[in-house]
Amino acid sequence: MPAVSKGDGMRGLAVFISDIRNCKSKEAEIKRINKELANIRSKFKGDKALDGYSKKKYVCKLLFIFLLGHDIDFGHMEAVNLLSSNKYTEKQIGYLFISVLVNSNSELIRLINNAIKNDLASRNPTFMCLALHCIANVGSREMAEAFAGEIPRILVAGDTMDSVKQSAALCLLRLYKTSPDLVLMGEWTSRVVHLLNDQHMGVVTAAISLITCLSQKNPDEFKTCVSLAVSRLSRIVSSASTDLQDYTYYFVPAPWLSCKLLRLLQCYPPPEDGAVKGRLVECLETILNKAQEPPKSKKVQHSNAKNAILFEAISLIIHYDSEPNLLVRACNQLGQFLQHRETNLRYLALESMCTLASSEFSHEAVKTHIETVINALKTERDVSVRQRAADLLYAMCDRSNAKQIVAEMLSYLETADYSIREEMVLKVAILAEKYAVDYSWYVDTILNLIRIAGDYVSEEVWYRVIQIVINRDDVQGYAAKTVFEALQAPACHENMVKVGGYILGEFGNLIAGDPRSSPLVQFNLLHSKFHLCSVPTRALLLSAYIKFINLFPETKATIQEVLRCDSQIRNSDVELQQRAVEYLKLSSIASTDVLATVLEEMPPFPERESSILAKLKKKKGPGAVSVSDLDEGKRDGGGELNGAGERGPESSVVSTPSPSADLLGLRSAPPVGSAAQGAGSLLVDVFSEAGPLAPASGVNDDGFLSSEDSAPPLPESDDPPCGPVPFQSFRFVCKNNGVLFENQLLQIGIKSEYRQNLGRMYLFYGNKTSVQFVNFTSTVSCPGDLQSHILCTPTKPVDPLVEGGAQLQQVLNIECLSDFSDAPLLNIRFRYGGALQNLTLKLPLTINKFFQPTEMGSQDFFQRWKQLSLPQQEAQKIFKANHSMDKEVLKAKLLGLGMALLENVDPNPENFVCAGVVQTKAQQVGCLLRLEPNIQAQMYRLTLRSSKDTVSKRLCDLLAEQF
Amino acid sequence: MIKAILIFNNHGKPRLIRFYQYFAEDMQQQIIRETFHLVSKRDDNVCNFLEGGSLIGGSDYKLIYRHYATLYFVFCVDSSESELGILDLIQVSTIYIFMTVFVETLDKCFENVCELDLIFHMDKVHYILQEVVMGGMVLETNMNEIVAQVELQNRMEKSEGGLSAAPARAVSAVKNMNLPEIPRNINIGDINIKVPNLSPF
Repeated sequence: MPAVSKGDGMRGLAVFISDIRNCKSKEAEIKRINKELANIRSKFKGDKALDGYSKKKYVCKLLFIFLLGHDIDFGHMEAVNLLSSNKYTEKQIGYLFISVLVNSNSELIRLINNAIKNDLASRNPTFMCLALHCIANVGSREMAEAFAGEIPRILVAGDTMDSVKQSAALCLLRLYKTSPDLVLMGEWTSRVVHLLNDQHMGVVTAAISLITCLSQKNPDEFKTCVSLAVSRLSRIVSSASTDLQDYTYYFVPAPWLSCKLLRLLQCYPPPEDGAVKGRLVECLETILNKAQEPPKSKKVQHSNAKNAILFEAISLIIHYDSEPNLLVRACNQLGQFLQHRETNLRYLALESMCTLASSEFSHEAVKTHIETVINALKTERDVSVRQRAADLLYAMCDRSNAKQIVAEMLSYLETADYSIREEMVLKVAILAEKYAVDYSWYVDTILNLIRIAGDYVSEEVWYRVIQIVINRDDVQGYAAKTVFEALQAPACHENMVKVGGYILGEFGNLIAGDPRSSPLVQFNLLHSKFHLCSVPTRALLLSAYIKFINLFPETKATIQEVLRCDSQIRNSDVELQQRAVEYLKLSSIASTDVLATVLEEMPPFPERESSILAKLKKKKGPGAVSVSDLDEGKRDGGGELNGAGERGPESSVVSTPSPSADLLGLRSAPPVGSAAQGAGSLLVDVFSEAGPLAPASGVNDDGFLSSEDSAPPLPESDDPPCGPVPFQSFRFVCKNNGVLFENQLLQIGIKSEYRQNLGRMYLFYGNKTSVQFVNFTSTVSCPGDLQSHILCTPTKPVDPLVEGGAQLQQVLNIECLSDFSDAPLLNIRFRYGGALQNLTLKLPLTINKFFQPTEMGSQDFFQRWKQLSLPQQEAQKIFKANHSMDKEVLKAKLLGLGMALLENVDPNPENFVCAGVVQTKAQQVGCLLRLEPNIQAQMYRLTLRSSKDTVSKRLCDLLAEQF
Repeated sequence: MIKAILIFNNHGKPRLIRFYQYFAEDMQQQIIRETFHLVSKRDDNVCNFLEGGSLIGGSDYKLIYRHYATLYFVFCVDSSESELGILDLIQVSTIYIFMTVFVETLDKCFENVCELDLIFHMDKVHYILQEVVMGGMVLETNMNEIVAQVELQNRMEKSEGGLSAAPARAVSAVKNMNLPEIPRNINIGDINIKVPNLSPF
């Protein structure tokens, strides 16, 4: 006897459905439907009041018509009427219609709410369930407002039927998801947790979904659920398959509930209580063991259910990431599945392994399956599985296997499904960059990428290769040679032309010595592609040509000829025309010096996070690129490939703009770009440092060539415009003025003066870009107890806005209270193009700044020297010379130190002696210094004596770095 | 969370659609078409999981589907965090067993369910679904419990009796009338589904 009585039904409905089914054509069907709609409409509008049955029948017909894809714009009122019927079937269809057809912002909600309210209060469990279903299905805010208070009461009331509890739990969950602010935690919370112990498994199942969700936002309030969940899980896992009667599914006890429990546990860290943890580990081991047991049934449902639990258990093991033993076991288990004949299992195993690869405990174990995974990528018939295999290869890639994986991915790309090509390209580009040991390999890989899948190579990818080539001078020649060869191909992708144009324009000279790639050959090769390219590429090529004129004067006539021809100088595209005209003019009137300056080689790009990673992240949606991916990118990619950061010695004191902030900046950059909308499409205006010439100043929306790169350096700066000048604390020991810090964005200059125990420091913040810095703040802090030794206060806060090219001054008043060794920290934050820049520097404030020189004679000196003979009063260092040992240089340094340099005091004329008093508010500390150079050995011996041991020590440390 | 449950036949005709997230009506139809296009081109022995189509939200969603005789059953679920940052993911392996429970329940309730049952008893299918999924969340996984609930509904319907009980014979007559040949039984896995040769409509 079937549970559904097939016979009972509505005759009119059945006839209507049959009619539709008998329609021979779409037109006939539409005609029949329209006829029916007209009929129903007239019935609903008619004078005669319809009985419940007819209403039900018509509403049901409307539902059917809706299913066929026709809009239903009436009948809602009748459905609402049915809600207040006393007949179950009528009420039921009314609720169904509303759940399917009413969206959350309907005006009917108020009427519906009224009916729901009545049903909830009816104490008839069936009606209550219908009402709860309706709330959960519509889940609108109005409903949440109306019922968020009532439902928790129903859920935890002692006399509520199990089926109603079940519905109430999920209903509350739905409301919490749509309007978390309206569901208030309260006294019911603790009682909800105890539903995990409920007799009725259905109630537990529903409650667990609710608890999982609530505990993510309020972990502390639901903490007790962990031990309850573990004990529940342990009871299920260890029970014989028959214990749970109905909830046993093909010999697997309560698979769904087990999965949910395991999922709940993933909201929390491993249990702290040893006993609970032990029990849980036992459960996990049992689950892993069961996977190895022979199946209790041959049915596929049995293994499906068993594996569902296993996969969830593995997720939990990965989440805890603290049990190496379990992790490796999990990995081995998944390894078996990789070769399983069930496609689903292979898919799931690949997917789980992806997360497993990010754990340090199991990364190596995952790597052992590389051949299988590569094989899956090559031979799987199913694109879903191949995609997972590609994901896994990406996740398991590290320095040891990068070349192999990248090669496999590249070869797969040739035949890859179109749907996943773009993602594959991004992944290859990222891996190649992240694990590049030699840059020629990197350049080869990316050029191959463009060759194989040019259409799917997004701008970010080729921007990136150019950034890297520009920043690494050791690869430039190779890159020029390689692109030149790649461009020889009769058909080459436009992206290749872009890269080729850019690189030859910059570095074509490096291969011009070879007659096979002489300047003219290079130019002709590029120009042969010109006419097949889109406008932005042509614009780029024009810029490359003008660069050629600078690099190779012998090509000038040929190129001018090209620029002069009508198709350029009268091009209908305004950008191309402007470039042709301006470049032509520039090349004819400017002297070679001017030309060389304007068309100078691009300066290195500032170090930044790979924009490709951001792109992949955006493409995959949040969560798809794990945080560890990004971290790794920062670690490996950031430090290694971006030349700029490597050029100067890194100083630990300087925290250059944080990569993560920059990454965010890339995504929020578009507002800057949109300002130059007209030029927006011409992202390729790569030579915009040509300043007055280039109308489209290189602003774009991806952070690749944002204007910072093209901004002229501050006029007063004589330093080269590139590469951060790291602050080295010792540079300022002997001098008071200079450039404290410089990077691509910002230059900080410093001037200081000291008298007695007081000082004043002027800081100059120069904005090197053409874009304003906003929210600019600078704060000085004294870490630790430094505060009690030195006071360092700005006279007033800095202006939060620093215009492009402008300079800002800040004055610090300094008072030395007592001797100190650490230095105050200067923290600078500002937003540049949406990206937060954060910089912390040590102020060059050292104890010697407060020296008062003391002149004295030989006798005096040695008398005092002897007085300071306690061991702790002396500090001595013997060290190798790092700088010139020239006498005059040493003299200048010692004078800069602030002490008096005493001539004719030391019997050995090669030695230096100095005397001074450190002025602090608390006391005055007399100091004597003796420096004994040994030219032959290139060594010094430095001795300091003072009345205070800390001062001797500190001065000795400071000075030892100076010589 | 389950975003949508779709059942359509081999020709893409929808037999049951249930969205738990609001989509405008025409969008719903487009999603059905897109989903049909995605799953119908797949071979029978490939895996049962794939990424969602662009209309429903792309790779943030997963489709879990099964093909039984003339019908495709498709569940569309989240595969990334919800907008509130709440992780409410159900592993595809888990949803897959649940989906099987649903199909088995239908099979039991209708005694060898076939496409015609879904057509002529659309409302009943909805009610069964309602016992299983609520607001996109799984309510009950115990088949016996679900069947008991359905039987309870049935008894109430009977007790209300009256007119609704009358046309029973008419329905079965109509049903037989449309069948060009006697349905044959095909064994797919463990579920018997009658496969009538239906003319698409």
